[in-house]
Amino acid sequence: MRYLCLLVGEPDMAVPAPGTPEFAQMLSDYESATQAMAADGVLVDSGPLQPSAAAATLRVRGGQPLVTDGPFAELKEQIGGYYVLDCADLDEALRWAATIPAARYGAIEVRPLMVAPGPA
Amino acid sequence: MTSPAEIVFRREWGRAVAVVARLTGDLGLAEDAVQEAFAAAVGRWATEPLPADPSGWLIAVAKNSALDRLRREARRSGKEQAAMFRLSERDPPPPPGRIADDRLRLIFACCHPALDPGIRVALTLRALGGLTTAEIARSFLVSESTLAQRLVRAKRKIRDAAIPFRIPADDELPERVDGVLRVVYLVFTAGHRSAAGPRVVRDELCDEAIRLARLLAGLCPEDPEVLGLLALLLLTDARRGARAGERLVLLDEQDRGLWDRAMIDEGTRVLDRTTQRRCPGPYQLQAAIAACHAAAEHPGATDWAEISALYAALARHEPTLVVQANRAVAVAMAEGPALASAARLPGRPARQAGTHRRGRRGVPDRARTGPAARRARVPRRAAREPRKPHPVIQRP
Repeated sequence: MRYLCLLVGEPDMAVPAPGTPEFAQMLSDYESATQAMAADGVLVDSGPLQPSAAAATLRVRGGQPLVTDGPFAELKEQIGGYYVLDCADLDEALRWAATIPAARYGAIEVRPLMVAPGPA
Repeated sequence: MTSPAEIVFRREWGRAVAVVARLTGDLGLAEDAVQEAFAAAVGRWATEPLPADPSGWLIAVAKNSALDRLRREARRSGKEQAAMFRLSERDPPPPPGRIADDRLRLIFACCHPALDPGIRVALTLRALGGLTTAEIARSFLVSESTLAQRLVRAKRKIRDAAIPFRIPADDELPERVDGVLRVVYLVFTAGHRSAAGPRVVRDELCDEAIRLARLLAGLCPEDPEVLGLLALLLLTDARRGARAGERLVLLDEQDRGLWDRAMIDEGTRVLDRTTQRRCPGPYQLQAAIAACHAAAEHPGATDWAEISALYAALARHEPTLVVQANRAVAVAMAEGPALASAARLPGRPARQAGTHRRGRRGVPDRARTGPAARRARVPRRAAREPRKPHPVIQRP
């Protein structure tokens, strides 16, 4: 089973400011969490995201692409990064997700990917 | 009217569902397959003798039925193929873990924190207890179609998110066990309460809840509330024989000779073991209240002062109307009606003396007007011995 872990920032969350020792610690925590996932074989992909201000939104209507600025929805919560993990079950995914520093500052939505049927 | 198949159904449903659910990871599929197996059994056992091992027979038929259902799926994922492999294994390896009890695994899945808390009890009553959606809907006062939809959604989530049928690891147990305790308590209540309903007592639900509470006590022997729940269920169930006759028999009117003394002793021992830890909680307090009733040889010998102190402690944990009302009754029995109104239900304005309204909501009339109240109005013994509060009330 693959799970998408969305790292969700919440308004007013206390994240260490860049340049502080706490920030350096957070980065190294990310690195060690990601390395442990890779060593265990559960890590499929992961990455931080640019702020949603950097996003473009696309809609195709009547065959015509329509591009607008900004994220597709104005949410208070911002998605700051993601992990895709391949785990035996939800509990295993939750255990790994708990090692991601974002879980301590904001929240992590752990969402199963739809399973593609194999050859019958 | 109770056919052999029905007796086996009540006893074996939960076990069969739990086995097929563990093998397939799909609770909805498991329930359908076991239902089909029972339908086959009803026809067969009407004319033939029961097989030597009805439970084994049902599980084998249910596994085949699940396998057939998966085979009929046109497109199968790797997960379903793995489930088919497990279903067709002749001698599957025993499930891992310290306690190889499939029903306990099932209940941990049904109480998973990723599921809507409002549906966990219903899910457990259906999967483990074999209650129909109609029966559960009636006891939760919701429409059957609403409940059916919510059950389907929850079962789909178990399957799609791969919520495991597994007893959590030791470090996860403390946070997971509370929800399970609550559901085990409610499974017991569903069996116990049905004494008032047309089906008399659903003994098998009470038995199953106690069986699960014992397993949990083995799993978490250091958790005071786990032991508290086991004690509560034992002490309450000990009254079963006296409680359910033609109709529900209330505590005051029960023939105390019919109480199960061995069960009371066991419950009291478990309670004593847990109260030594001085870590009170709602289940321990309720068990202590049940122990007070169990210790009284006749209703007049009940230590109502102790019980009202226990209810006061319980109200700090669970300030619900039911607890407040029971506390008021206990105070009335212990001290007389005047003080009972001091332990009034919260949020109700104080009334002036002498304007007692009859039938106040939440407090049974019989506490004030029945024989109990008459007893309570009798002047109390002048010199009551100073009492030590029950250890379960003392905070560490």
